[in-house]
Amino acid sequence: MSEFVRQVKQPVKPLASRLGRLDIELTERCDNDCVHCCINLPAGDAAARAREMPTAKVKEILRQAADLGCMQVRFTGGEPLLRPDFEELYLFARRLGLKVLIFTNARHVTPALVDLLARIPPLVTIEVTVYGMHAESYEAVTRAPGSFAQFRRGVDLLLERRIPFVVKSALLPQNRAELGEFETWAATIPWMTKAPGHSMFFDLRNRRDDPEKNRLVESLRLTPEEGVAVLTRDADRYRKGMKEFGSKFMRPPGDVLFGCGAGAGLSVDAYGRAQPCMGVRAPGLTVDLAEKTLSDALDHFSTLREMRATNPEYLRRCARCFLKGLCEQCPAKSWAEHGTYDTPVEYLCDVAHAQARWLGWLKDGEKGWEVAEWRQRVEAT
Amino acid sequence: MTAASKIDVTLATICAPSEDVVAREIEGDIVIVPLVAGIGDADDELFTLNDTGKAIWKQLDGERTLGDVAKVLAQEFEAPLAELQADVLGFAGEMTTRRILAARG
Repeated sequence: MSEFVRQVKQPVKPLASRLGRLDIELTERCDNDCVHCCINLPAGDAAARAREMPTAKVKEILRQAADLGCMQVRFTGGEPLLRPDFEELYLFARRLGLKVLIFTNARHVTPALVDLLARIPPLVTIEVTVYGMHAESYEAVTRAPGSFAQFRRGVDLLLERRIPFVVKSALLPQNRAELGEFETWAATIPWMTKAPGHSMFFDLRNRRDDPEKNRLVESLRLTPEEGVAVLTRDADRYRKGMKEFGSKFMRPPGDVLFGCGAGAGLSVDAYGRAQPCMGVRAPGLTVDLAEKTLSDALDHFSTLREMRATNPEYLRRCARCFLKGLCEQCPAKSWAEHGTYDTPVEYLCDVAHAQARWLGWLKDGEKGWEVAEWRQRVEAT
Repeated sequence: MTAASKIDVTLATICAPSEDVVAREIEGDIVIVPLVAGIGDADDELFTLNDTGKAIWKQLDGERTLGDVAKVLAQEFEAPLAELQADVLGFAGEMTTRRILAARG
């Protein structure tokens, strides 16, 4: 190319845009009823559908995002393709100059949709979640008869039209035996540049505080040791990756609550409420876009980095624990399970400790907040 | 380059942003986002312009010829006209070939 123009994946200098990223849950409804999922109101839930943002409101939010310099929107759900106006919203976003990331189960990928995606590409690789490699396992998770055939048809359409997509899985007892088969198949997808990701450490209480559902999710969770066994299947690669990762990201976080990227982007739920991320659904960190704008929401969340933990148990443990880089504990996870920003989530703590023991960073019975010489241990990985 | 053939532009050519792209101005930067497939070498690529590219782009209004654009810029930057003509033709040639600009005349 000439000196005048450069072809880039992202703008060359970080643009001084106020909004780095926008996530929109177009609906909480889904045509799957996955055993582990917390955002799966029935597809035909008329009350939920009536509460969803109308097309014009989603467009208004997209326009505000573009005006704030946002370059990418993620359309997710629930199942975003259930919205009858999906194609209209997709086109509107693309005509604003936004890249569009689509999270989908692929069941509603149609010839018309792949035609549109071929003609006007999303500029971001689509992400398809896979629940099993066979109808029996897939539908044992989705509890939706016929869903496996629809998913395969959707994926085949994407492959035929060469629409870039990657796959990821929700690893559950119903499909765990198919892990190798899934990864072998995933490797045949032309756009899979790395091994697929797996969701496996599921939240309790998140959006559906129902004792029966919580018991079900608890029964589906991998034990920390099972989780480590999955993560370390390629032991050398895992150890090498963790050595590099550990030297960069392992350190006690102190009392800072939001050390993540929350607040640089925004999430908007199906009903037009903006939050700093999808997981933190606290009323104090929610801005109703019926009354306010995305810019107002960014202003409201601008003090996020100044928020501090106050829970004595969190301060005694998490704030002093060098395993922060391994641990999924964060205000969103705490909010989901405990309704606070800073209550330790014991399951996530156990998972992080199990990984640390495998890596030799902790001895049996040791806790991550008790080790003074943690740097040496990480470096010795 | 994808599905592109060299398009000849002259100082009599008139160019304007193509309907196949969306040009966004963000904090003084111009980011060109492909709308249709086949603009970039890969389907996830954007285009950014350097200062000269930005100055030329802003003059391409679908009314002025490239020769007129070069004259305006030569005056604005107090630079030799021949140099600006070469820059404008180089820029417009590349951008029309990539379907980022639409040309007539």
